[in-house]
Amino acid sequence: MTTAQAKNASITDRKILKTAIVDSFRKLDPRLQIKKPVMFVVEVGAVITGVVLVLEAFQHKGNFWFGLQITLWLWFTVLFANFAEAMAEGRGKAQAETLRKARAETQARKLRPDGKTELLPSSKLRSGDVVLVAAGEFVPGDGEVIEGVASVDESAITGESAPVIRESGGDRSAVTGGTRVLSDEIKVRITSNPGETFLDRMIGLVEGASRQKTPNEIALNILLAGLTIIFLLAVVTLQPFAIYSGSPQTVFALVSLLVCLIPTTIGGLLSAIGIAGMDRLIQRNVIAMSGRAVEAAGDVDVLLLDKTGTITLGNREATAFYACPSITEAELASAAQLASFADETPEGRSIVVLAKEKYGLRGRELAPHNPLFIPFSAQTRMSGVDMDGKEIRKGAPEAIARYVAEKGQIVPEEMQQHIERIAKSGGTPLLVAQNFRVMGAIELTDIVKGGIRERFDHLRAMGIRTMMITGDNPLTAAAIARQAGVDDFLAEAKPEDKMALIRNEQAKGKLVAMTGDGTNDAPALAQADVGVAMNTGTQAAKEAGNMVDLDSNPTKLIEIVEIGKQLLITRGSLTTFSVANDVAKYFAIIPAMFAGTFPLLNTLNIMKLRTADSAILSAVIFNALIIIALIPLALRGVKYRPLGAAALLRRNLFIYGLGGVIAPFAGIKLIDILLSWLHLA
Amino acid sequence: MTGNGWFQILLYFGVILLITKPMGVYLYRVFERKSTWLDPVLRPIERLIYRACGIEEKKEMKWTEYGVAMLVFSAASLLLLYLIERVQLWLPWNPQKLANVAPDLAWNTAVSFTTNTNWQSYTPESTMSYLTQMAGLAYHNFASAAVGIALAVAVIRGVARKESSTIGNFWVDATRAFLWALLPFSLVGALFLVSQGVVQNLHPYTNASLLESQVIEKQNPDGVVKKETITSQVIAQGPVASQEAIKMYGTNGGGFFNANSAHPFENPTPLSNFFQMCLIFAIPSGLTYTLGRMTGSQRHGWAVWSAMAVLFLVGVVVAYSAEARGNPLLAGVNSRASDTQPGGNMEGKEVRFGIADSALFTTVTTDASCGAVNNMHDSLTPIAGMVPLINIMLGEVIFGGVGAGLYGALVFVILAVFIAGLMVGRTPEYLGKKIESFDVKMAVLAILITSVTILIFSAIAVVSKFGVAGISNPGAHGLSQVLYAYTSSVGNNGSAFAGLNANTLWYNTTLGVAMLLGRFFMIIPILAIAGSLAAKKQVPESLGTFPVTGPLFTVLLISVVLIVGALTFFPALSLGPILEHLLMNAGKAF
Repeated sequence: MTTAQAKNASITDRKILKTAIVDSFRKLDPRLQIKKPVMFVVEVGAVITGVVLVLEAFQHKGNFWFGLQITLWLWFTVLFANFAEAMAEGRGKAQAETLRKARAETQARKLRPDGKTELLPSSKLRSGDVVLVAAGEFVPGDGEVIEGVASVDESAITGESAPVIRESGGDRSAVTGGTRVLSDEIKVRITSNPGETFLDRMIGLVEGASRQKTPNEIALNILLAGLTIIFLLAVVTLQPFAIYSGSPQTVFALVSLLVCLIPTTIGGLLSAIGIAGMDRLIQRNVIAMSGRAVEAAGDVDVLLLDKTGTITLGNREATAFYACPSITEAELASAAQLASFADETPEGRSIVVLAKEKYGLRGRELAPHNPLFIPFSAQTRMSGVDMDGKEIRKGAPEAIARYVAEKGQIVPEEMQQHIERIAKSGGTPLLVAQNFRVMGAIELTDIVKGGIRERFDHLRAMGIRTMMITGDNPLTAAAIARQAGVDDFLAEAKPEDKMALIRNEQAKGKLVAMTGDGTNDAPALAQADVGVAMNTGTQAAKEAGNMVDLDSNPTKLIEIVEIGKQLLITRGSLTTFSVANDVAKYFAIIPAMFAGTFPLLNTLNIMKLRTADSAILSAVIFNALIIIALIPLALRGVKYRPLGAAALLRRNLFIYGLGGVIAPFAGIKLIDILLSWLHLA
Repeated sequence: MTGNGWFQILLYFGVILLITKPMGVYLYRVFERKSTWLDPVLRPIERLIYRACGIEEKKEMKWTEYGVAMLVFSAASLLLLYLIERVQLWLPWNPQKLANVAPDLAWNTAVSFTTNTNWQSYTPESTMSYLTQMAGLAYHNFASAAVGIALAVAVIRGVARKESSTIGNFWVDATRAFLWALLPFSLVGALFLVSQGVVQNLHPYTNASLLESQVIEKQNPDGVVKKETITSQVIAQGPVASQEAIKMYGTNGGGFFNANSAHPFENPTPLSNFFQMCLIFAIPSGLTYTLGRMTGSQRHGWAVWSAMAVLFLVGVVVAYSAEARGNPLLAGVNSRASDTQPGGNMEGKEVRFGIADSALFTTVTTDASCGAVNNMHDSLTPIAGMVPLINIMLGEVIFGGVGAGLYGALVFVILAVFIAGLMVGRTPEYLGKKIESFDVKMAVLAILITSVTILIFSAIAVVSKFGVAGISNPGAHGLSQVLYAYTSSVGNNGSAFAGLNANTLWYNTTLGVAMLLGRFFMIIPILAIAGSLAAKKQVPESLGTFPVTGPLFTVLLISVVLIVGALTFFPALSLGPILEHLLMNAGKAF
């Protein structure tokens, strides 16, 4: 989907734009507006000025041209805010359409208790039903593979076109409705009822239909409503003061003042920011089951990261040979390579590659030597080859030690030292023996992902602690932790340790985020404040977490945290900007209102706006245009920077606080000049 | 402006800075129930009070229980004062045989003293008996101040505690505030004031012969002007010193005499004047340190203090320079400061205080919701008159009333944290407590109540016959008078622009309602915040934590106080003092 989307980006964008414009008008419905108190007040204001305009026109009173412009701009203010929201929803809607196609009705082959299959539409399936899905068929609903192995095309959900393997048992057993089986046949137990499937939820989420206001958004809405009420009263009571002072005001001036004072900028963009935040997650192929989780991601204090796949590349690689004194390194490499030819594990292959790179050992024709490959077994914990009367073995140091001990040999002291040093530095030592004599050691190293250290540094700067979870022994774990730059680690971790760790951190008041895929991760995923389940994982894990990563990339947790923070930063910045804007608007409108009666009050007209009408109109126009101007920022989000809170606050206060005070002075003045140039006021 | 003037202002500021820590530590020890050097004397009295009143010392209260206890106590005190006023003629210590107080005035006064406002619609020496002054008014000076301190401490506890359902015991907090925080200092303060010449007696008023007889013109009801020669005057007496100390120290401000701290028996010398100003800021300033100590973030305490200090200094500088500049309309008068005169606008000022001490007193008394006055605020130049008005409009958070200033400031702290806190990319946190929708709702409510009450009552007053009737000067200055009266009431300040005749049914009643709303409808949401914060988990501090310390936070807090507090009133102000100032410069006075 990601690649397809890039191709269609311009087409979709144009389509989104068109829909958004239509939607802006549809959203004028007061029943929708009332959910956004600030914009509702603007709409009511626009209706009032509209009515007064018509009444005055009939009585040939007032300044029709001025009143008309004010009224129009008030409607524009509402429309611009609607447009922002519609734009934010647009992308999700387009995506939902694609998903809906995947949900299209399919026929399911339900397995009856008597062993026969019956055909029925997928919408009739209930949780607990068992179905058969063969190559070429669509999986009729979310479920768990209970028998068989199959390769499945999940591109409808993940956008990733390479097929994935799904098999019964283990951590790769979950299948999603709407995906297509490419080979073999599997037996699937359905785990969801129609309308509650993953696909349904996903459609709901991307469309924003099931979007609920998040806790922080609710709190912000309360603040905005409170400010709106306060300013409403300030304006309503201004009329009596004005009457007392002998300078009663027109409805247009009062409504204009009100609309300029209430926080329309953030009020108009708030929901767009929220939707866009969720959308940014979806763009990165992460499905958040609730907006609350996205917010929580911004608040996370501790990240629990599995070592394998998140911090390290997942596979160890051979990086060095250490030969015994009587043997050359090349001999050792050669033996190690021979012992590894049949070893299909990534570690084994990396030994072959290292020997090839270092000593040019390649292209060996082994067949004439009649090699007998000894595969790795859990009992011996060694693998190797017998050929030309040579018996070559490689394995863990203890295993080889036991093996050579059979013939009374021991591991030389020098090799012991190597083994210890390798373990201490985070590597894994292997020994190679030929005919029961130790030849030397191979160092397997965990390769820490490139750039991960910097990311952890960033996280630390933001006050987030990273914790590595690994099954390795403490020595190895400590070395990798040091290399990767994590703050802490949990070695020899069992699933219940993870759970205890999360509880422990939460008791200290911290928010914990983690990723997981296995069934035994499910309790921890549920306990964590942000639990990201891998899409390749089990159904249980996906149910337990509050986010699903369709790419199944555990490193993405860091990006999720950043997106959460960005969402909150954008909200805060625009709120600050919006409130700071008020100062300039006062200086535009108050002198304009009263300078007619008290010319002295023109002293407050520090922007030197031309006329009273032009001043009021300029403020209203600025107020409307700033919404449009900030839509890109609201949708894109304020650029996130990995800085400490103090530095971030200083920076954002400077830009959005101080900037918010200054910008409207310039903006209103500019509009005033334009208006007088166009002879509009 | 003179070097001496600036020196006095800076000296005052220095003294406040110096007493902040000792006072804060002392209050901390009192309310955390740690030992203090007064324990040997006060502890037995405290125990006796608890035993007599059946108070369980160790029992903690939820915020709702705390609030109910506070309301019950305040209501009972209010009723007591009302009754005393209504029957004072039949009670002892009424040598002047002053009549029972009229119902609307008695109500207004009872509310006024219960709410720590001490707005006075009456002339005390001709209205209140000694008993009413002592048992009624001075008692309330202690009681309302003790309630304020107790509430502030309860709110601080709310911030400091974690996962707790309770915020302290109201009866214990109020008792300890009274015994430890208020009583000893008031006793010493009263004695010091006596040393400066403040009177303390129960004598009937003194009748003194004038050294020089005065001829005044009096207009009879039939319109005939008659000349009358005055040869004697009545000099009011009373137990002044005992009431004076707590009047300042508890930021009450209700004068024993009509002239308040301008009266030589209340405030005889420049030294007593300086001392009184120090008393006003002592507890409010100290409480910021207590905040830091109790929450374990001393730097936060100082950040809040700094925000208050900056706003205070700006106010003083504006008021002092406006007053020292004098009135440009008096072109022919020499208003330059010299050895023989203080210069500037001396209308409504005491010569023994001069410009600097009057401007400073005005700023201090309105910053701190005290409301005592040593000069006539109605006579201030428009800009200097706007300083006290804005001080009160900001919500009495520039040090503020005892306790009330701190909990009022915490509302702004919460709003500042919420508005700007999002910008660091986390759910806003105040000292580890997440600020959620309930807290925001309550904070908004607290702010809303004050501005709404001021604006609505003032708006009705200026367009109604009964409201306009009380205005003594027309035009922009009249608007300032009305605005000041309601602002002062809601802010529980109690100072007056004085030009307004407020002893009418309309003003007595509505100002009373305004005082109640301004006090209790603000307290309840704040207690709710305290309860909600106390119950929350505390997120440990990290690099990602929103900093509530340091200059950046101080600037932020000031901005929020100014923008949220002042923007609401900007339209009204521009038609009042700002317009008046411009008109004055253009040669028009009211």
